[in-house]
Amino acid sequence: MTKLSTFLGASALALLAGGAMAQDAGPAVIFDLGGKFDKSFNESAFNGAQRWAEETGESYAEFELTAEPQREQAIRRFAEQGHSPIIMVGFMSATPLNEIAPDYPETKFVIVDAVVEQPNVRSVVFNEHEGSYLVGLMAGMASESGTVGFVGGMDIPLIRKFGCGYAQGVKAANPDATIVTNFTGTTPAAWNDPARASELTLAQISQGVDVVYAAAGGSGLGVLQTAADNDILSIGVDSNQNYLHPGEVLTSMVKRVDNAVHEAMTAGAEVEVGVQVMGVGNEGVGYALDEHNQPLVTEEIKAAVDQAAAQIASGELTVHDYMTDESCPALTF
Amino acid sequence: MDRMPRWADVILIPLISLLLAAIISAGVLLAIGQNPWEALRIMVSGSVGSTYAWGYTLYYATNFMFTGLAVAVASHARLFNIGGEGQAAIGGLGVALVALYLPWPHWSLALIGAVVASALFGAAWAAIPAVLQAKRGSHIVITTIMFNFIAAALLNYLLVGPLKPTGTMETATAPFPEATHVPSFRDMFSFGETILFRGTPANVTFFVAVALCVLVWLLIWKTRLGYEIRAFGFSEGAARYAGIGSTKIIVVTMLISGALAGMMAINNTLGEAERLILNAVEGAGFIGIAVALMGRSHPLGVFLAAILFGILYQGGSELGLMLGIPREMIVVIQALVILFTGALDNMVRMPVERLFARRRARAPLSPPGPTRHPPGRDAAPTSTTPAAE
Repeated sequence: MTKLSTFLGASALALLAGGAMAQDAGPAVIFDLGGKFDKSFNESAFNGAQRWAEETGESYAEFELTAEPQREQAIRRFAEQGHSPIIMVGFMSATPLNEIAPDYPETKFVIVDAVVEQPNVRSVVFNEHEGSYLVGLMAGMASESGTVGFVGGMDIPLIRKFGCGYAQGVKAANPDATIVTNFTGTTPAAWNDPARASELTLAQISQGVDVVYAAAGGSGLGVLQTAADNDILSIGVDSNQNYLHPGEVLTSMVKRVDNAVHEAMTAGAEVEVGVQVMGVGNEGVGYALDEHNQPLVTEEIKAAVDQAAAQIASGELTVHDYMTDESCPALTF
Repeated sequence: MDRMPRWADVILIPLISLLLAAIISAGVLLAIGQNPWEALRIMVSGSVGSTYAWGYTLYYATNFMFTGLAVAVASHARLFNIGGEGQAAIGGLGVALVALYLPWPHWSLALIGAVVASALFGAAWAAIPAVLQAKRGSHIVITTIMFNFIAAALLNYLLVGPLKPTGTMETATAPFPEATHVPSFRDMFSFGETILFRGTPANVTFFVAVALCVLVWLLIWKTRLGYEIRAFGFSEGAARYAGIGSTKIIVVTMLISGALAGMMAINNTLGEAERLILNAVEGAGFIGIAVALMGRSHPLGVFLAAILFGILYQGGSELGLMLGIPREMIVVIQALVILFTGALDNMVRMPVERLFARRRARAPLSPPGPTRHPPGRDAAPTSTTPAAE
């Protein structure tokens, strides 16, 4: 903290001089509007950063956004304080970063979940559709009723990407399966509304759903809880959530934001630029298997999902990405 | 009414309130292991200490002026417009539509177009709750809250589907064309080598907001409509007896209120983001309620309260950026200031009023009664007469 405040004077000078100052102030992380304790995406980034801090014993600067104009403010401020790399999670920072990055050619930027084509930016994107395909395949095989559910947070393109991959996996296991889709809301409150998610899950159960996939940030906890209470299976998201209800959570679609952040911080100012795609092949996404869901994942399911993962990794199997044409062959939103 | 000199009302009471808030905030900061003095310094210098700081402070203040005026106008007619959030969101839709789909030759025309579109869209969004209130007695608080959610759902649909450029993750429209970019403070006030307001979002919309403060003052206190609105607010029955139609007043007031809230979009959508972003309003509609309350629904008060809230917002950001204070704690500090300066106003006011009343009772030259004294006379030593309690 004291270290940071000594940069106050320096940054004020830099502001007055109107130029960027190259210093070695270590990495900085900018968390998105959800906050770093969102039990999901931002928290995963936070965990990666903490892991780096514990390993190296060094500290990093951080900022949690509370308003849109702060994106530019925070990026510029950290750049002027000499931080590098500056890591930001969330696709909404793409446009501001694209404008700011050329002003600080000496600084390295890392953006997670979006592509920014600038010579000093590393863009980390995840193939969520591939990971969702794998858990969808498992859901399709584990379902006895032939009806599975999907509970998304806000209806945004990213979540549709999850849902579309999931639906394709379900259809691959059982072409006649029905997929019931719901979203928890239309405002950012949707990411943290477990009660509403719980109601939606109950409604889905009444429609015959016996496996439900939650891609809804903090709201997903309500899905998992309700599924466990009603003895149906659920699927967690982003981090491994199998432990939340042992024996009731079929698996979790893990998206290793923490690894991406950790890797970038370890590389430090020398971080490689360009687009980094984290897919099934390089363990950026995948399904979680541990002692908590071991009894649920039969030999048959495991064999099928591992085979699909290998096929995706080798390029033999392509999962349709909703973002390429904004339509989904297996599901209508 | 007039129990103390005006300078005490305008300056002394807010100062004492701020001081109390600062003392408690200092306790909070100490509890989380921060240096309160350092925090105060960062908060003040970060919000008013440079043109950079003012560039952010005034940007936030501009937002709050629009929504604060919207709430203030409605409250003069005893209508509680809690739907500023939705009206501003729909105003943003209006701005986006005219900026994207009409060819503007120059920014000044685009600005006028955006003012008209955002006002019309905002007013239209307030119109249905207004008519429901006037004709059917559906409570305006309930309907405007519900319209906030309908607005959110509508924008969610549009920004995920029809208005979003294909292939992008961001829930936003395409950037507006170059010709619609209004000048920022940097463009306006930098000359030669000196660059002021560098990289800040404050823009020409600030002057639109200030002009609206004046217009609202003229409307409420200098026009017949304003008189009718206030009369209706004081007593609906008396207003009706005097021939003022309640349906007309409710609908017209809400249309003006909705238009004011909608025009906030000129600042955040046309001025700052230069594209329409999902959730661009970010709670400014609700902050407007606090701004109007603190400003006593007077345009000058709204202006000052909006600046104070702008300072709190920008100062809070600086605290987060400089000291790494968690944003939840920043909200606590902001809330303490709002609590003391706004909600707990009487807590400070009443003892101070009593103090002045006692001094006045002792003063030989001041007769009892509601006469206003110049501050100099009050401050004169008055120990000759014993106090009559």
